[in-house]
Order: sequence, then structure tokens, then C-alpha cells
Amino acid sequence: MKKLFRLVSVIVSSLALLLVLTACGSKPLAEQNVVTRAKQSNTITWGVKADTKLFGLMDVRNSQIKGFEVDMAKALTKQILGPKGKADFVQVTSSTRMPLLKNGNIDAIMATMTITPERLKQVDFSRSYFDAGQSLLVKEGSPIKSVKDLNHKGATVLGVVGSNSVQNVAKFAPKARVLQLSDYAQAMTALKSGQGEALTTDNGILAGMSVENPGYVLTGGAFTKEPYGIAINKDQPQFKHDLNHALTKVERSGQYNRILKKWFGNVPGMNVKEMER
Amino acid sequence: MIAIFHNYGSLLLQGFGQTLLCSVIALIFSLIIGSMFAIFETTPSKFLRVIARIYIEVFRNIPLLVITMFFFVVIPMFVAKINGFTAGTIGLTIYTSAFIAETVRSGINSVDPGQMEGARANGLSWWQAMRYVVLPQAFRYVIPPLGNQFINLVKNSSVLAFVAGFDLMYQGNVIASDSLNTMSTYICIGILYLIITLPLSYWMRYLEKKLA
Repeated sequence: MKKLFRLVSVIVSSLALLLVLTACGSKPLAEQNVVTRAKQSNTITWGVKADTKLFGLMDVRNSQIKGFEVDMAKALTKQILGPKGKADFVQVTSSTRMPLLKNGNIDAIMATMTITPERLKQVDFSRSYFDAGQSLLVKEGSPIKSVKDLNHKGATVLGVVGSNSVQNVAKFAPKARVLQLSDYAQAMTALKSGQGEALTTDNGILAGMSVENPGYVLTGGAFTKEPYGIAINKDQPQFKHDLNHALTKVERSGQYNRILKKWFGNVPGMNVKEMER
Repeated sequence: MIAIFHNYGSLLLQGFGQTLLCSVIALIFSLIIGSMFAIFETTPSKFLRVIARIYIEVFRNIPLLVITMFFFVVIPMFVAKINGFTAGTIGLTIYTSAFIAETVRSGINSVDPGQMEGARANGLSWWQAMRYVVLPQAFRYVIPPLGNQFINLVKNSSVLAFVAGFDLMYQGNVIASDSLNTMSTYICIGILYLIITLPLSYWMRYLEKKLA
């Protein structure tokens, strides 16, 4: 009984100590007003991908990240902070981006992140800046023109295990067989060796694969809507408003279309006109 | 776990069937091919010995996944269209046959050379002596290590998951990513592998007792 009492008292006192300590500390970074802080330091820190061709890819020659999202982030920073504003870039992956945002290491995520209801419970999103959607990659000259052409017995679609896009195939082409491979490189190899007629995932990722593998083209446009948005912490209404405003300005000035064309203009089978704003 | 069996029963059953089918095919053919190369290695013919040596050393020392990927990726490009299941089964057969060849060869070598000499002296041809005198004794010696190879073969059939062969491991990955219940899924998969390997293990033990 005595032992139990001691145990309980230790737990209670340590909890109390924790409470006092957190109360003493200053406001966590993630809860400070991002706009005020960014204006003081003249910098916005963006979390971007460094392994995704066309969106954010590390250039090993000068160790700079380059891509559509990086250019967009720079343009948005200039709109919010003025022409002298600086954009800082931090590499993120799909699994690290949320924690980095939550603990304040980055101000915003711009890393091929689709706006979904589940994510909206945890973070806020800006307006969409890229109309991503699921598409198909096929060999040049393939008879497949859209996802409907795959809806027959004997058709084989390649995808990556556990991705949403695999489940979508069951909806749009229920008769096709789906082979789920372990990653995109494997799926691409399987496509090249003729194990399937088409490879399916987001059009942005397919565009990158198409650039790296000449002779393979996108087809049929996007058959789902999975728009990418800029994720920011909740309770940052001013930052969200500024971001959306800046995005509108970048779109209206034609800068958006220029950046879009720079990265996606040469992708075979990609309809840039359809995505212009 | 019961929920996994309940919700994904048909997928698990399909995977179980494919794994069993692949294992049985690979077991039969690797035993035949393996024994063949083991005999080649012990023949008086230098040519056959060299062929067997090369085959065994090459396929025993390349990872199974590499052999399988070769059949999944390279063969369809240049030779014939084969699917993941076929590619995986061929890869598994070749890989295992190299190990079985070494096992059976050790069995043949452990038979007293006097047996062969005696058989030959009694007028049997080399092949007859091998077939009726040496091999039966050799197989009796190598039942325990052969059992090991067979169990390894069943477990190695999980390589089919990487080439979309619809085996147990493949379905396990699919179910795990769909149900997000990783632990229960792989426990189920483990149990299903045990259903194949445990009887095999006991059967080998029974054979060992009966024949030795």
C-alpha cells in the first residue's frame, strides 16, 4: 500500500513539473504568427522535395534543389515579402514533412502534397497550385488512349503497392488486372519489359518518369482530381490569406504559366494548355 | 487477426494456393535438375564435370532475387512473354537446384567407393551402378539436408511478391497496406507458411526414421 502511494505521488509530481515547465516556456514556434516572423527575418522557410523529378530535385553539381515547386515558392516569397524577400529550402519526404511543419522548422510545405479531408484535420491548405490527378504512362504508339481502353479482360495495369491510384483502377477499369510492385522504379522496369500495358499514378510523377525514359508518354489526361496545395499550420489565417493572395497575383501576371511551361512544356503527352491558369 | 481472415479470406486463399503450387513445381524440378547435375559432377567425363561445376557455382552464388528479376525483366524483353509467377518459379527452381546438386553430390561422395567398384566388377555399366547401387544409398544419407533445402524453398517462394506473382507474401503486402493492420496481417501470413512447412518438416523426419 505504501509502495503504491509512493508510485502515485511520483507520477503526480512529475506531471505537475511538466505542466509548470511547458507553461514557463515561450510560445512554441509553430504557434507564432508566421507573417510577422517572416517579415522580421525577411525569410520564408519552405519544405520541398529533393527527389522528385520536375517538382523538386537536388542538382548534385551545385547542391541546389530545382523544380516547379521551388520556382513557385520563390515567386510566392517575392510576392509576400517584396523583391528582396528570401526563400529558404529544407528537404522533406512524405513522412518527415508533417512533423517538420508542426514543430516549426519549416513555415510551409510545398512537396507534391494532395489536399485531402484527413490532412485538413491536421493542417491548413492554401488554394491548389497544381492540378494533379491520376494518369497513365504507356509506350509510344500504344493503342491505349484513356483509362477506358484498359477496361477489358486481359489488360494489365502496373502500380505501386498501397497507393491510392491502385484502388482507383478498380473503380475506373474494374476488368483490368492490377500488378502491384514495390516502388516506382520497379514498376517502370516492369512496364519496359512488357509485364503490363500501362503504369498509373499522379500525372506529375509520371511526367518525371517520361522525361527520364524517352519512348514512354502520358496518355488520356487526368482521370481523377488530386490537387496539390501548400500546407501550413492551423491558426495562421493571415499567412493563409497572404499565400492565396500571392498565388492569385502570380497566376494573373502570367508568371505561373511561364514556370509551368519551363518544367512541363517538354513532357511528351502532357497537356500544359489544360493546366494553365 | 480473425478480422483479417474474415475480410481478406479469398485473397489469402489465393496466395496460399499460388505459394503451394509454386513450391510443388519448384520442388519437383529442382530435385530432378539438382540430382542430374550432382551425377554430372561425379561422372568420369571431364566435360560434364566442368558444365556442372559452372552451373552450380554461378547459380549458387547469385542472389535469388537477381535470378528472378532476370527472368521477369530481361527474358520478356528478348525471348518470350512470361508473367511474374512463371519467372519466380523458374528462378526458384534454378536457384534451389544448385543447392540440391551440392547436397546430393556430398551424398554420392559419402558412399564408399568400393560400392561403385564392386558393382562395376559385377558387370554393371557405370550408369547402372550409379542408378541401382550408389544413388539409393546416397539419398538415404542426404535426407536431413534435403529437407532443409525443401523448407528453404517454400520460404524463398516469397520472392514471387517482388515480381507480382500473387503469392502469399504479395497478398500480405496488399492486405497490410489496405487494412493498415500490418502486424496481424503478417502474423496471418506467417501461420499460412507454417501450414506448408511444418508438415513438410515432419514428413522429412518420418522418412529419415523409416529409411535410416
